[in-house]
Amino acid sequence: MKSLLLPTVPESIAADRHPAWRDSGSWALLPLSVCGLAMCLSGIAGADEGVTAPGYNSEVRAILSNHCFRCHGPDDKERKAKLRLDVPGHDVDFAEVLSRITSDDVDELMPPLEANKPLTAKQIDTLRRWIDAGARYEQHWAYVPPVGATIPERASAIDYFIGRKLQTAGIETTAPPADPLTLVRRVYLDLIGLPPTPEEADTFVNDTSDNAYAQLVDQLLASQHYGERWARRWLDLARYADTNGYEKDRDRNIWPYRDWVIRAINEDMPFDQFTIEQIAGDMLPDATPSQHVATGFHRNTMLNEEGGIDPLEFRFHAMTDRVATTGTTWLGLTISCAQCHTHKYDPITHSDYYGMMAYLNNTDEPDYRIPAPNTRSRSADNAAKAEQLLAELPDRWPLPDGDSAKAAAGLADAAFQSWLQTQRESAIDWSPMEPDKTTANHPYLVHEGEGIIFAGGDTSKHDIYSLSFTAGDQPITALRLEALPDERLPDRGPGTTFYEGRKGDFYLTEFIPSIGDRSLAIAHSSETYAQNRFGNNPVSARLATDGDIQTGWSVAGRVGERHVAVFVLAEPVPAGQSFAIEMHFGRHYASSLGKFRISSTAAPAGESSPSASELPADIAALLARPAESLTKPEMAKLREEFLMQAPELKEQADRIRQLREPVAGTLTMVMRERPSEHSRPTFRHNRGEYLSPREEVSPHLPEALYPADQSPPTDRLGFARWLVSRDNPLTARVIANRQWAAFFGTGIVQTQDDFGMQGTPPTHPELLDWLALYLMDHDWSMKALHREIVLSEAYRRATASPGTPAANAPREFLASFPRTRLEAEIIRDSALRAAGILDTAMFGAPVRPPQPGGVTEVAYGSPKWTPSDGGNRFRRSVYTYQKRTAPFAMFTTFDGGSGESCLAKRDISNTPLQALTLMNDPMFIEIAEKFGSALAGEPGSDRDRIRLAFRRVLTRPPSESELTRLLDFHEKHRDWPALARVLLNLDEAISKP
Amino acid sequence: MNPNISPNTVSRRHFLRDCGIGLGKIAAAGLLTDSLAGSAARAAAAHAMPRSHFPGRAKAVIHLFMAGAPSQLELFDPKPMLTKLEGKPLPKSVIGDQRYAFIQPDAAVMGPRFSFQRHGQSGAVLGSPLQHLGKVADEICLIRSVNTSQFNHAPAQIFFNTGFSQPGRPSMGSWVLYGLGSETRDLPAFVVMSTGSGLSGGAALWSSGFLPTTYTGVRFRNGRDPILNVSTPAGISDAIQTDSYQLINALNRERLGAVADPEISTRIASFEMASRLQTSAPELMDLSREPKETLELYGCDPEKPSFARACLLARRMVERGVRFINIYHEGWDAHSDVKGNVESNCRATDQASAALVADLRRTGLLDETLVIWGGEFGRTPMVETNPALGRSQGRDHHPQAFTMWMAGGGIRPGVTIGATDDFGFHIAESPIHVHDIQATIMHTLGFDHERLTYFHAGRDYRLTDVHGNVMHQLLS
Repeated sequence: MKSLLLPTVPESIAADRHPAWRDSGSWALLPLSVCGLAMCLSGIAGADEGVTAPGYNSEVRAILSNHCFRCHGPDDKERKAKLRLDVPGHDVDFAEVLSRITSDDVDELMPPLEANKPLTAKQIDTLRRWIDAGARYEQHWAYVPPVGATIPERASAIDYFIGRKLQTAGIETTAPPADPLTLVRRVYLDLIGLPPTPEEADTFVNDTSDNAYAQLVDQLLASQHYGERWARRWLDLARYADTNGYEKDRDRNIWPYRDWVIRAINEDMPFDQFTIEQIAGDMLPDATPSQHVATGFHRNTMLNEEGGIDPLEFRFHAMTDRVATTGTTWLGLTISCAQCHTHKYDPITHSDYYGMMAYLNNTDEPDYRIPAPNTRSRSADNAAKAEQLLAELPDRWPLPDGDSAKAAAGLADAAFQSWLQTQRESAIDWSPMEPDKTTANHPYLVHEGEGIIFAGGDTSKHDIYSLSFTAGDQPITALRLEALPDERLPDRGPGTTFYEGRKGDFYLTEFIPSIGDRSLAIAHSSETYAQNRFGNNPVSARLATDGDIQTGWSVAGRVGERHVAVFVLAEPVPAGQSFAIEMHFGRHYASSLGKFRISSTAAPAGESSPSASELPADIAALLARPAESLTKPEMAKLREEFLMQAPELKEQADRIRQLREPVAGTLTMVMRERPSEHSRPTFRHNRGEYLSPREEVSPHLPEALYPADQSPPTDRLGFARWLVSRDNPLTARVIANRQWAAFFGTGIVQTQDDFGMQGTPPTHPELLDWLALYLMDHDWSMKALHREIVLSEAYRRATASPGTPAANAPREFLASFPRTRLEAEIIRDSALRAAGILDTAMFGAPVRPPQPGGVTEVAYGSPKWTPSDGGNRFRRSVYTYQKRTAPFAMFTTFDGGSGESCLAKRDISNTPLQALTLMNDPMFIEIAEKFGSALAGEPGSDRDRIRLAFRRVLTRPPSESELTRLLDFHEKHRDWPALARVLLNLDEAISKP
Repeated sequence: MNPNISPNTVSRRHFLRDCGIGLGKIAAAGLLTDSLAGSAARAAAAHAMPRSHFPGRAKAVIHLFMAGAPSQLELFDPKPMLTKLEGKPLPKSVIGDQRYAFIQPDAAVMGPRFSFQRHGQSGAVLGSPLQHLGKVADEICLIRSVNTSQFNHAPAQIFFNTGFSQPGRPSMGSWVLYGLGSETRDLPAFVVMSTGSGLSGGAALWSSGFLPTTYTGVRFRNGRDPILNVSTPAGISDAIQTDSYQLINALNRERLGAVADPEISTRIASFEMASRLQTSAPELMDLSREPKETLELYGCDPEKPSFARACLLARRMVERGVRFINIYHEGWDAHSDVKGNVESNCRATDQASAALVADLRRTGLLDETLVIWGGEFGRTPMVETNPALGRSQGRDHHPQAFTMWMAGGGIRPGVTIGATDDFGFHIAESPIHVHDIQATIMHTLGFDHERLTYFHAGRDYRLTDVHGNVMHQLLS
């Protein structure tokens, strides 16, 4: 140390600040061809070796990354003195670097004092030795594809690598194999998330065959509960919830996606396919309904329904969430750091961030009605029934008392004739008009033939549709606007409202026909139906012509139907004249028309005619024609229309209408790729702000992750395929690491969400690569990987006993099995199983177990929590209704997530609130009561019952002293539920042994 | 202690073995909302080891969050010009390209619905509905130039509490616990109460975000059990409850003898604390010993949940070492009839807010307790009228300028800081962004907001994101 001015801090504090596990591992932006294989290998193994010249990856990179890269790293906007230290080949004067980091002069000193990142003497020494040895860079280990290692024949690879690490660390004694009761409990909890019953445990313990354990593992992997347990972990990453989030936090229907995950995991869907279907299932050739459902993964973003929001702003937030979640889930990269600026540490530029967003951005976000099973035959049955009822309609015409049925048909016929006459008198000949041109601010308008226009894409609080027309050879006296339903629209439309208001509604604020600059006055307007969504104030077609942008026409009470407005012009548009119509939509939420058609007529305008009529367009056209020109089928059509609308037959007609409805499947939320001619551009956003879009960015990947000599994928499907391709060095490692952590509590890379330069280097790099390769080589089978892990010796070791050497070894070395507290859901499910009341029904809409009153009261609208009845109270926790702004209390208390953002790793806390929950929560009290009453009915002595209860909760039998304590308690209180409650509260009951 | 330690970086094993701190000790110093799991940092945050960057003036914070956003134009910021202009639109140049939730930018101006008076020696100007606040005018610092980046409720509330508009970041209370730890062993250190209707921001407002979950605010409810499950369930006798706690701990201790897992020790400590909490929480909530004058000062019916009762409880919590208290009063979202809205909300909150300041002063706690009063944004100078929604005489959301007040905890008393233009639209003097407010709050507690960081997802995060300056003019 040169002087007291040196920027050094005591080593102990520096270690606290930048602990050893963060102080190694590195990356350099080297093309693969430059980075020799030997160098890569040495880099990967580097963390293990102690060599004189410090390795770049193992020691140097972390120092530079923490202390220097912020100003001398990948971000060219922040770069100082044009000095770049994160990559080789930049002509760095390392002598100068050395002199600056050891300078006595505070003006010269690096890092500068104000950066508050002083180097320790030891770090300076490391840098000095690295520079002395030639300042050799290495590629960051995680950006180099995993490499296979040779392992001795017949050895378990996992145990070989674990053993080597223990040996290197000088740990010679490992814990003995776990006793069978411990092992069976552990493997049940890990693989299916439930403890074994005493019978199941004993079956295993008593099976002395060599492959008893392997058989048990296979049996558990085949259990339906396996998918329920492992889906829960995936749903944390997918930020799954049953509500929209933000203020209103209303319910959404996306549980079919949750069920898809459970099924896919149970079927052991290869992880590459699992990925592709979730990211881009809709783009697969002949995509199946299940593949559409899978795209719900990125529909799990939140939806702000608060009045007055800018929906496109929150769509942008959803997009940034999608990018961040994709980065965390598959790549183990903190991509979101590059939302605002080029990543300070990892090779992801600001533009790369939006390049990745561009892959995901070209989508619409519709609801999807999953085709119900047997749709076709059910529809056909219904249609046949409807036909029959239709044929019987005339006979149902109400009769004066005593008349015969035959008379009924006659009466109906007479009524039809008179209806025809009335209708003919007021029949208007409307001609659909094909616009010459249509434009809109955000939505894209598609001409679908016969004058029908469909609005796709984005929608805002104030959408403006501009349509230009040329009048035909007749003057135009009135214009008709048909709002048309369509399956593609929210709740079948005709509007595009998808939040805050009534789904499928629209709010037409202005309807402005014009010739040139001159708007055309509207003499009068009419509509077939109008209903406001908020308040009792009127809405009508007339209010869409009053020049007040706040008033207008909407149809909140009857979405999914056709509605008609007619605007009679004060002066006709002359024949052949070009004219335009401008329509304004929206209120404090986006509320535009999704499908519509404009028609015109030359009929003479009277005081109240033409007026809007419910009559379908084709019927109106028939009525406008001379009776003698109608064919027989055309006449039949008119007759059917008459019968169906006749108030006298409403009841029967309603039944027919009902039968004609398409058989409804369950709704879920999906992604749908936009048509290529209407693709959505993606922009770089300055400082990551929604309101600061800059240049357009095309889909691309960060250079460091993609071989420079290949062209990157061009669309979402290509991106999904790249995520799980062998070219991608990250995904298989990230996934394998996450599985490892699920079993052992700690990942081989401890920062499960960060494999970049700021993440921790792997404790067992070769093992991680081996696991990653194993996964890919076994067709991405997660079950195969899980099997391999649980069959290892490391997994089958006992937990550490006090005072043994294994107890002192670092947990992640696995000298003993690391005991951990169970996850929230498993704690609840285990209690239900122990009590014998777990309802194993799978799938379906979310259920509500009991929880204390008042948990949800603080959420917007203070919703009540009404617990489900019957078995639904006791379903597995993965089916529990998840409300984002007020999550299920017991899960929160035990570190469950809220579904508001991607959760790569849950905390494992240990708090008094957990104790209160286990002791006093009504849900656990109910479980203890049911458990207790069942115990009371068991045969045998109190000792037997206590032993049985103990085993149902903890698998193992009680020790004599444990049994004595429990007996004493029981003899004093004589209360089986109280005894059961004590057992469910034990630390061991909520732990994996 | 070095102020910049990231608590997640020390392994527990290291802490337990190398720092000579035994488990029992930690359990004794234990935080109710604390845990040992995964990180000794939480133990490092215990009150035995405060880790502020410099001595803070405030030891506790009571944040009276006026959710829905009160109208500064009715309460704090008199604008006679608006009366003159009433019925006319604001000049376009003033409005710029501001987006609004409900109104059109050309909406007409509406003058203040109340008169304003001067109060105290400081001559603080307050709207007539704030008669009680006037009595403590010399204790408070009025800030008329606060602005925010958000104009919708949920994002703006989350922004005020976490420094970021989307859920997922730690709340102020969580940061403070993470930095300062707890002073109580029998009560949660970060308490959340809510007395109005449901909250837009939901549980994200007191979430610990990516900090350990133990820093999450604990909600005190209005019903019988202030904390979820703090009472022995009906049908279970005290004897069974006591014996159950004892038996559970005895069995856990036995297990600890067989398995080397310090988590079992923590579990035992957790159950001991849970048992204590079953007594301490009711004691806290029992207002029967509060003198009649105190109840009258707050306007508090001890039996009825109310904002006044929450304020009085907050004082009792501060006395018992609770570190950070949020009281949410939702209901200020005056899109229609701003006059009626302000009147009814002031009836519910004015007396108790002022009483809290006076009571803290009287009990000598004010100097060490920071009281904050304010909403998530302001309200427009323009009127909100909407025939379709049936609204009239309301005001829309206004992020550019609003007013808050703070008192105690090192805040300058008896001053008014900042000013808006004649329309109350833009800030004319001393703009103070929400990030600046956060930086200043952290400063009063002894933290440099730029150095209280937590390493997460590849970088160090802090409450103020990459923004915020301490507003020294607010400090005494």
